[in-house]
Parts: sequence; structure tokens; C-alpha cells
Amino acid sequence: MHPSTDNIIEVEKDVKLIKGSDSVIITTLDKLINWGRSNSLWPLTFGLACCAIEMMAAGASRFDLDRYGILFRASPRQADVIIIAGTVTYKMAPVVKMVYDQMPEPKYVIAMGSCACTGGIFNTYSTVQGADQFLPVDVYVPGCPPRPEALFNGIMKLKEKIMKESGRWGSWK
Amino acid sequence: MGQLEIEKLSETRFVLQMGPHHPATHGVLKLYCEFEGEKVVKIVPEVGYLHRGVEKLGENKTYAQAITLTDRLDYISSMSNNIGYCLAVERLLGIEPPLRAKFIRTMVAELTRLSSHLLWLATHALDIGAMTVFLYAFREREQILDFFEKICGARLTVTYPRIGGVRVDVTDEVLDEIYKFMDVMLQRIDEYEGLLTENRIWIARTRDVGVISADEALSLGITGPALRGSGVYYDIRKLMPYDAYPYVEFEVPLGVQGDTYDRYLCRIREMRQSCLIVKQCIEKMPQGEVLAESAPEQDMPHQTKRKITADSSFWSGYIRFTAETMEMFPKGEIYSAIEAPKGELGFYIVSDGSVKPYRMRVRAPSFIHISAIPKLCEGHLLADVIAIIGTLDIVMGEADR
Repeated sequence: MHPSTDNIIEVEKDVKLIKGSDSVIITTLDKLINWGRSNSLWPLTFGLACCAIEMMAAGASRFDLDRYGILFRASPRQADVIIIAGTVTYKMAPVVKMVYDQMPEPKYVIAMGSCACTGGIFNTYSTVQGADQFLPVDVYVPGCPPRPEALFNGIMKLKEKIMKESGRWGSWK
Repeated sequence: MGQLEIEKLSETRFVLQMGPHHPATHGVLKLYCEFEGEKVVKIVPEVGYLHRGVEKLGENKTYAQAITLTDRLDYISSMSNNIGYCLAVERLLGIEPPLRAKFIRTMVAELTRLSSHLLWLATHALDIGAMTVFLYAFREREQILDFFEKICGARLTVTYPRIGGVRVDVTDEVLDEIYKFMDVMLQRIDEYEGLLTENRIWIARTRDVGVISADEALSLGITGPALRGSGVYYDIRKLMPYDAYPYVEFEVPLGVQGDTYDRYLCRIREMRQSCLIVKQCIEKMPQGEVLAESAPEQDMPHQTKRKITADSSFWSGYIRFTAETMEMFPKGEIYSAIEAPKGELGFYIVSDGSVKPYRMRVRAPSFIHISAIPKLCEGHLLADVIAIIGTLDIVMGEADR
């Protein structure tokens, strides 16, 4: 049974019940899991266009994403978050979708750059007008391309979002 | 597609699809590789995963507006792209930029060459397995990007050069900083060479890999350091000088064997020459204007001068917009090329006299270099394919446009 906000009753602080079942959610455990999850976000090494260079710069010596526990992984099977860094074309969109499908749950999407957010300056016959047309985007980072600091901010926002999640663990996903 | 798909043809022969999502393909390049054991039999590159319709967009924007599109072609060296485009339009319209603008352009073009080669070195070495070079090269690249920020306010997609000059002047403080940094840069290049040039693993991975003779390279249309690695003296900066290149002295490094190692040495030596060119530019830079008086405005004033005429012959109420300034620019066509960090970057522009180009075609070096991959990979191992993709310095934004 998937816990949604409608069928959860809070009986006392940090202890919640799901309506119509004997299950108990202990939100302290939620916090622990969210803390662990948000502090080891592993993004996928997935560059599409210009923004990928800024993403590389964010991972390289000056900006150094590693200090946030963020390590780039080359395989979607080991990744938690996919950063759509660049223009998605109609030819590339099925590939992006397939890579996203290969990632294990829970997975998050950051749309980096104007092209991934809205299509940017490329309003043409071949460009998907925003990655949110086929992926559930969590965080939008505007800019053409965004500075590495902006990407950091986007990742911090994603961390905040993860910290607010509840019940997204165990067999419930 | 994104997945590794292996198709078996016989007991030892199989087809492996590499890319478009692969960390070593430098973007979204896809290669169909046919192997006999671990030896490459056939490679077919597939491009078009980043086709954004830049050339078509260029036809719908005025000459001045299209500069922003050229940034996103070869996004690692956007200054060179801007300069290439501006130079083509200048030659078409007959505008001569002031001397100071020429020197500034040459300086930023060489800084771009440095940053582009640093990124090439970083990724090429990372693909082959040298992680330290990646971190070292990005350290210096960030400093060059800082200079771009001080010059024009942007890091990557700069849009700094304009038709007939550059956007803003560079202050003396920034010039001093760049001049001082070039001495540091020369030492840093020695550092990279210390890590790689005599490294036994590096030599084993790059010597005699991807050998191409001068004739073959010429017939394939390879340009830039990839061609000079085969020993062909072809550098547009020397043969058809533009901007301030006639005023500076530099050498064109050439390779001998035409393998991956020679191309590496060529690029490293080119970086040294670039440092020297930047220093000379700062020394010889005159004072004065940075934008020609005849340069067109950034918002070319045709939008306000549009006439609305009702065309009653076909549909009544159909409104046609006609530009009053239809005969604003000379008619004709031009091909103009510059020496971009990757090779010969050409812009072919057809003008019908209006404020927009009738056709804008980009001769991108990366696209032509991709066509050389099958030739270079013949008879090599799978691991060498990675080294060959790295040595050609491919950027898919410019190949697919």
C-alpha cells in the first residue's frame, strides 16, 4: 500500500498510522534515511551539450563536488540523480528516457540549463522544449549555461526536497 | 540505444554499440563497432543526437543576433566561433575593425585555444586513465575562464566579439593579470609534460595508435592539430592571416609520424605558442576604439521599420511583413575560415541583401574528424578507440549543429 498524505494519521509526534492497516510509519526512520540519501547523491555522468562542460567544471578541482558526497557514476545502475545537462533533441529523448528507466528507485532529475528547462534559444523542429515533457523534473537550474555555483544551489534544493520526503523506503519505494 | 547491445555475428565476430551515452565519446556520439575478437573490423559513426537546427535558426535571425548561436556550436571555444562568424560577416559587409579590437580578438582567441586544449588534455588523459592531469588542467582552465569573466562577464558562452570589433574594452589591470598568468601557464605546461610525455604507460597507449599519413589526412579533410600531427604545414593563422596574426610571431609545431602521441605533442607545443602570442598581443596592443563606426547595431533596426501590407490577391486579410531595409547589405556569398582550436572553422554565408543571411553554413572541423574515425581505428583494439576519439578532439555541438 502506498502511503499518501490522505490516508496517514499522526497519532503522536513522529509516529504515524496508515488508515485501514496495521502498519506504522516511524518518521524518525524517515529522517535517518532521508539524511543518508541526501548526503550521498550520486549523479550520472551524462553530458548532452554545453552545460556538461560546466557540470565537469563543478566536479573538477576548483568547485569539487566530491566534498558534498557527490560522486559522478558512469553507470545508471549506480546513480541516484540524473542531471540533464544540455539540449535534448527528439533523437536523443528516447535515449535519455531509457537511461532514466535503468536507474534504480528512488531517482531524481535535475534539469540543468535553459535548454533542459524550456528549450532555451533553440525553438526549432528538432529540439524538445524542456526535459519535463518526458521526465519528472525535480529541480530546474536556469542559465545558459548555469555557473557551477548555480548547479550547487540546485543540488542543495534537491537535498532539501529529499529531507521532506516520507515513506519512500523499503518495499513501498 | 543507451544500453550496451551486443549482437553476435559468428563465434568470434560481434557488433557492439558504443554511445550515445558513454563517458568517453565526448558528447552524444554513437559508434557501431564490429569486432573480431577484440580487434576492430568496422566502425560506423552515427551523428545527429545533438542536431539543434543552428543553421536554420541563423537564417531567421539578423546578422548580429546570430552571434549567440555560434557560441553554442563549439561550446568549449566559443570565442573562436564568435570571431569566425564575425569575420565572415565583416568580409561580406566590408567592415574593418579597429586595430585594438584586432589585438584583443587575437588575445582572446589564443586564450580560448589554451582553454580548449586544456579541456582536451584533461578528458583525453582521463579516458586513457590519468586522473591527475584532469584535475591539474581544470585548475588552469578555471583561471582562464576567470579572465573571460573579467573581460566580458561570461564564463563559457561569451558572445564577446561583435561584427566590426568587440563589445567592451579590456582594462589594463586585467591585461596585466593575463600577462603574469602566461608565465605561470608556461610552467604549468611543463608540469603536464612531466606527467605524460615520458610516461611509459602514456607512450604505450598513444604511440602507433591511430596512425594516419599526410596524404590520407589531407584527402579526408582533417585540419588543425590533427593534420599538423601528420606533418602537414597547414595553419590558417599563417597562410591566410586574419585579425592581428600578421603582427605577432609564432611557430607552427608539426608532428612526424601522425599517431596519437604526435598529435598530443603538437597540441602541447601549440599551447606554448599560444602563451607567447597572448604575451605579444598585450605588449603590442595599441590604444583606441574597439568597435568600428560602420558596425551594425546589435538590435539591427529593421524591426521598427517593417511595413505591413495587405495582400488581397490570395487571401483577403493575409498580412505580409516586408522589411523596408531590404537592400541594407551587399548581395553575394562568402566563405571565410579561421583556425579554431579544433581545426579549420569556416562560415559560408549567402546574402540576399536583407538583414538576415539567406543561408548560413558552418564547416565544422569536428564533423569531418568524425568521418576519419573508421580509417584511424582500423585494426586497433577497443581500448584504442577511446584514445582515438580523444585525440581527434571532437565536440558534438559543432558536428551536429
